[in-house]
Amino acid sequence: MMVLGTLQRLVAAVGAATLGLCAGAGRLAIFAAGSVSHVFRPPFYFGEFGRQLLRIGYFSLPVVGLTALFTGAALALQIYAGGARFNAETVVPSIVAIGITRELGPVLGGLMVAGRVSASVAAEIATMRVTEQIDALTTLSTNPQKYLVAPRLLAATLALPALVAVGDAIGILGGFLVGVGRLNFNEGAYMKNTLDFLEVGDVTSGLVKAAVFGFIIALMGCYHGYFSGRGAQGVGRATTNAVVSASIMILAANYMLTDIFFGN
Amino acid sequence: MTESPTPPPRIALQNVAKRFGANAVLRDVTLEVGRGRSLVIIGGSGTGKSVTLKCVIGLIEPDSGTIRLDGEDITHARGRRRDALLNRFGMLFQGAALFDSLPVWRNVAFRVLQTRPAKDAREIAIEKLRRVGLTPDVADRFPAELSGGMQKRVGLARAIAAEPEIIFFDEPTTGLDPIMADVINDLIREIVSEMGATAMTITHDMTSVRRIADDVAMLHDGVVQWLGPIADLDNSANPYVDQFIHGRADGPIAAVR
Repeated sequence: MMVLGTLQRLVAAVGAATLGLCAGAGRLAIFAAGSVSHVFRPPFYFGEFGRQLLRIGYFSLPVVGLTALFTGAALALQIYAGGARFNAETVVPSIVAIGITRELGPVLGGLMVAGRVSASVAAEIATMRVTEQIDALTTLSTNPQKYLVAPRLLAATLALPALVAVGDAIGILGGFLVGVGRLNFNEGAYMKNTLDFLEVGDVTSGLVKAAVFGFIIALMGCYHGYFSGRGAQGVGRATTNAVVSASIMILAANYMLTDIFFGN
Repeated sequence: MTESPTPPPRIALQNVAKRFGANAVLRDVTLEVGRGRSLVIIGGSGTGKSVTLKCVIGLIEPDSGTIRLDGEDITHARGRRRDALLNRFGMLFQGAALFDSLPVWRNVAFRVLQTRPAKDAREIAIEKLRRVGLTPDVADRFPAELSGGMQKRVGLARAIAAEPEIIFFDEPTTGLDPIMADVINDLIREIVSEMGATAMTITHDMTSVRRIADDVAMLHDGVVQWLGPIADLDNSANPYVDQFIHGRADGPIAAVR
């Protein structure tokens, strides 16, 4: 009897968790579809969009730039050490360029921006929810999804490719500095090697990834903020959930996009 | 349906019910607010006052029952129709709910800015700020820089900026000192009278009730226990009302200790 009861509770718990997951996925899908549709329907809030572009794009530059610089530098050292095992040290410039543009630029840049932007967007919107500012928007005939979510989604989707493009350049520079300064590469040869091997597809695939990551970052920040629980605890949980879910979704989306672009 | 000689009440709720999960917050709410009247809904915390207000304004959709505005069923109005309704409403939130990221004047003129150029909107905002007793230099400050009483006044200015026909006040005096509460009560009374607006207020502050109500509704347990003019409040012969207005722990309303 006891065993049966425990079993029943276990099945019920699994069922409840599954239902909860489905409900959450459905709610996210509806939220995302609704918000995206608002991006294309007037009225447009250009002031809000500009502010978000500045906040998500411009103010993330130092974070993305420094991440790329150190990653490019470390990558150069690793590839040199690895390449030395089969006398292929000369591949450093090309592998650094490909590694940065295809993978590390967008993924690490995306993760860093996720930590910065998802958290602040979630905290801001959750606070607005808790203090009834979102209700106030509705009573002032303004759709909160259109006013708050759509500009953030658009700004992040456009800002991330630009950020990552700058990050790519800085990352390659990081590899170049280490290559020339520590590994005794010739400056001209390093640059020539980089440019000869790098293909347009390497860069554009990374930028497409960045756009998707930007969308994920803003979406998770807005979603968790929008449906935040009450009080300070609700805001805290919304912030954590936004960063964690954005990071995981970026890594998962990265795998899928890599498979689409480069998997045969 | 027979043709009624008198116009329908501005707001009429009939058998409105709303539950959140297992919690039936509104069980059967029926009440009316006449044109240009000021109805105050009283009741303890968690009795469904806020939910009632939010059902009328459309922030929450009731599970059953009807809500009529000038006789027109607006219970499930959505989209453009809801927007058109919202243009006739103004609301003062409990915590003022000012937009932190915008300066005071943009808060006040938020709705006006949707249809008018910024210069006109700013002038209207400053005029409304003056109406609630604030000087024009407040206009360029941010909500976080203001005291609670000033925030409430800005919230009031925002609620009346587009000259709504119906104004909702959610606990207008909660969290204010008695003097500031009195100032806000006076302002509400004056503004509602001079605009000829219909007002619906929820509060548990009896001073506030006596200052701003024409009619009073007592809500308890998701049901309107009593509805009548303010003059009858003290001789209502209703045990719920009696207990509430005298603030007694003993009576039909069980106090949670």
